[in-house]
Amino acid sequence: MPHDDHDHPHTLLPPEPALRVKALETILTRKGLIDPATLDEIIDTYQNRIGPQNGARVVARAWSDPDFKAKLLSDATPVVAALGYYGRQGEHIVVVENTPQQHNMVVCTLCSCYPWPLLGIPPGWYKSDAYRARAVREPRKVLAEFGVTLPRESSVRVWDSTAEIRYLVLPMRPEGTEGLDENALAALVTRDSMIGTGLPKGAA
Amino acid sequence: MNDCHSYAAPEPVFAEPWHAQVFAVAVALNEAGRFDWPDWATRFSQTLKRHGLERDLDGGDDYFNAWLETLEGFLAESGDALPADLETTRDAWEAAYLTTPHGRPVRLPK
Repeated sequence: MPHDDHDHPHTLLPPEPALRVKALETILTRKGLIDPATLDEIIDTYQNRIGPQNGARVVARAWSDPDFKAKLLSDATPVVAALGYYGRQGEHIVVVENTPQQHNMVVCTLCSCYPWPLLGIPPGWYKSDAYRARAVREPRKVLAEFGVTLPRESSVRVWDSTAEIRYLVLPMRPEGTEGLDENALAALVTRDSMIGTGLPKGAA
Repeated sequence: MNDCHSYAAPEPVFAEPWHAQVFAVAVALNEAGRFDWPDWATRFSQTLKRHGLERDLDGGDDYFNAWLETLEGFLAESGDALPADLETTRDAWEAAYLTTPHGRPVRLPK
C-alpha cells in the first residue's frame, strides 16, 4: 500500500470500482434518474432493518401454529406479506419443509436470487462461484463443510432460485423446545438454517 | 468457502461501501422502472458466467464488479450514462480525491 503512512497530504483514493460507482451516481443524479437520499434509504434498509430475523419469525410461527404452517407451505407469499414481509425480491416465495426424510437446501446457480424480505441480502458465500456450482453437484459435501451431517436415510433436495421464485427452508423444530414461546423459538432460527446450510440452534 | 462460516461473528451485509452503493443504484433504477428485475438477473448472470470462465469468483469484490459492469452495460445501451461521460466523471472524482486535503469532504467542482 503506497498510502500506509498517517500523514496523507490528500484524501485516500478509493479503489477503482468505487470511482466508477461514484461516476455513475453523479451522472444519474444530475439527470434526475436517482436520488442520493433514496440510495441511502435502500442501504439503511438492508444494512439495519431487513434481515434473517424476519424469516426467523415466520419459522417460529410455523413451529407454533399448525394452521399457519399449512397455509405457509401451500402458498407462502400472501402469508408472509400479512406479517409485513413483502416487497423487493419477495414477489413469489415458496417455503420448503425439512423432514426426517428430506433436507432442503437453496442455491441460485445463475446469480444470487434470494428472498430479501425474509433474509435480507445474501452472505458472500451464497454469491460465490464455489457454492453456486457445488451446491447442486455435491450437496452433502458442501453441507459437511458447513458442519451439517445428515442421517443416511435423509435425502437432500436442492432448490434453484430464480428471479421469479425464491425459496425459504422451514427447518425442523429442535427437540426439547416444547415449552418455548415464539420469541424464544425465533432466537433458535439461524440464517443458514433457512437456506438449508445449517440447522437451528438447540434448546438451551 | 471454509473460512466464511468457521467463526460466529456476523458478517457485514456489505463488505465495502461501494458494494452497498452499486447495489442501491441498481435497486433504485429498477424501482424507477428503468429495467425489470428478471432482465437484470439474466444479464447479471451472463456477466458472472463470463467473469467466472477464468477462475472461481468470490462473493465479494468479484460479485460486485460483475454487478457494476452489468449496470454500466445497461446504462450505455439506454443512453442514460454513456461510457465517455462515465470516464470523464470518474477522472473528475479521482482528481477531486487527489486534491482534497485529508479529512475534508470530497466534492466535484461545480
